[in-house]
Amino acid sequence: MGMYSAKVMDHFANPRNVGEMADANGVGEVGNAKCGDIMRMYLKIENNTIVDVRFMTFGCGAAIATSSMATELIKGKSLDDALKLTNKAVVEALDGLPPVKVHCSVLAEQAIKAAIADYYTRLGIDPEPIVGKLADDAHDHHHDCSCEGGCDCEH
Amino acid sequence: MDTVLSILFRGRLKAKRCFLFICPQILFCRTAFHHPSLGKVNDLNELIYLDNAATTPVSKDVLQEMLPWFCEHYGNPSSHYSIGYETKDAIDNARQQVASALNCQPGEIFFTGCGTESDNWAIKGSALRWAAKGKKHLITSAIEHHAVLHSMKALEKQGFEVTYLPVDAKGFVSPEQLREAIRPDTALVTIMMANNEIGTIEPIAELGAVCREKGVWFHTDAVQAAGAIPIDVQVMNIDMLSLSAHKFNGPKGCGVLYIRKGISPLNYLDGGGQENRRRAGTENVAGIVGLGKALEIAVAQMEQKSAHQKQLRDYVITRVLKNIPETRLNGDADLRLPGNANISFLGLEGETILLDLDMHGICASTGSACNSDSLDPSHVLLAIGLPHEIAHGTMRFSFGPQNTMQDAEYLCEVLEKIIPQRRAMSPVWNSMQK
Repeated sequence: MGMYSAKVMDHFANPRNVGEMADANGVGEVGNAKCGDIMRMYLKIENNTIVDVRFMTFGCGAAIATSSMATELIKGKSLDDALKLTNKAVVEALDGLPPVKVHCSVLAEQAIKAAIADYYTRLGIDPEPIVGKLADDAHDHHHDCSCEGGCDCEH
Repeated sequence: MDTVLSILFRGRLKAKRCFLFICPQILFCRTAFHHPSLGKVNDLNELIYLDNAATTPVSKDVLQEMLPWFCEHYGNPSSHYSIGYETKDAIDNARQQVASALNCQPGEIFFTGCGTESDNWAIKGSALRWAAKGKKHLITSAIEHHAVLHSMKALEKQGFEVTYLPVDAKGFVSPEQLREAIRPDTALVTIMMANNEIGTIEPIAELGAVCREKGVWFHTDAVQAAGAIPIDVQVMNIDMLSLSAHKFNGPKGCGVLYIRKGISPLNYLDGGGQENRRRAGTENVAGIVGLGKALEIAVAQMEQKSAHQKQLRDYVITRVLKNIPETRLNGDADLRLPGNANISFLGLEGETILLDLDMHGICASTGSACNSDSLDPSHVLLAIGLPHEIAHGTMRFSFGPQNTMQDAEYLCEVLEKIIPQRRAMSPVWNSMQK
């Protein structure tokens, strides 16, 4: 057995919704290269619905697979529903992740929220009451880059 | 992604198929490649093993030599009857083989359970020996294997002070810096002979000479070097040296600590009187026999094997650096292990490359195998000054005598295909291009 489930390997080998999006109206980027993973999420939102989504990810196999799965889970969804997506749901949809890689799913959740926050900001609406505080969380989470030994990254 | 999709849907391979081929007197087993979930995926129809710095296949000649020592000659070497004497003789024969390879006396060779045990014994045994005389300072380098670095960390918790010598951009330790670091209370200096990640070969003879001049014990972790490059403990001024059988086509679970006569680290394993009362525990007879034979073969064939591995190594380095933009070689171009190519691919994270290569039937490594469960980039790459983001995108390809030019060409073809594909989805690469 490898370290990843067949679903993770499928999304890694054949990522969905990958690439840049020129006409996105919400773009979010979380993580940093120093820590080894960056996710950039592009959203096209019409009438409070995510009509299209693309991602670009620098990171490990789990980072690519969680990005890919997260885009599948929010495509066609309302912004409210997309904001309800938890990292746990992404992990479950992938049939699990090794403990040391759970932080990748947190990044995927954060990337979506960051993109939605960007959408509201572009509309002149303060995103914080709707989306919550994000960038700081993502940054804090990655402060030491390390989840060695399988920390609980879900808190 | 079409290619990857097509890989996913190819059928499973049937039975495992083994075939032998001859490489200068050594027979290796090459295994037809089939991924448990993905099916057969590479054109060569076999596994391409390019991680010989992690471990190597046991050669058939070595295995043949080991087999009688399991079921036929099973006596305890400490027993005083015929079948005990047989196994004792077999161990002594292996001891002689190792002593010849290192240019020392057989009585200076002690068999251990692995390279890690040898390192722990040399370091902790020396530290404890000298602590009793008030010497509690140790010197090592920033790029050692974890068997050394974590031994040092353990000693620091017990009140020892450790100096970690920096290395230059190629990974070399400076004999001058070592000289300046040695103090009256220095108990031991330990510097690896060749680095396991970037392959840099340290100036061991010069470093050893500094220690000899200062009267400080000098240990070297030669786990990557043994069997790959010439070693002479006399010429190189070495007091203690660790090596491990599975790095040179011997079995796993068997190592050596060479201890020069007159050097006396405290015992690490206490118990029976084995290994001249220096290392207790019933001997791994078959493993020891295999280690001796494997080292004998490795040394006898070193010149031709080294030339062969260098040819593959240099082919891959030259072609990758030429054909794939924004790549860099880590370590020194010449003073490096014959089988080691360590290359950074900017804009990518190493595990992505590792998984893509695995899907093409190629086994390689990001940084070093010991680190694959950690998210931090390699301490070796950071020590030579690579920024984190470049260190993350670094791969080690390590060639063995069983590899062929066809393997090297196939690796390059696959890299030339997958690197641009993965870079196309990397936001780091995307930003670099703008």
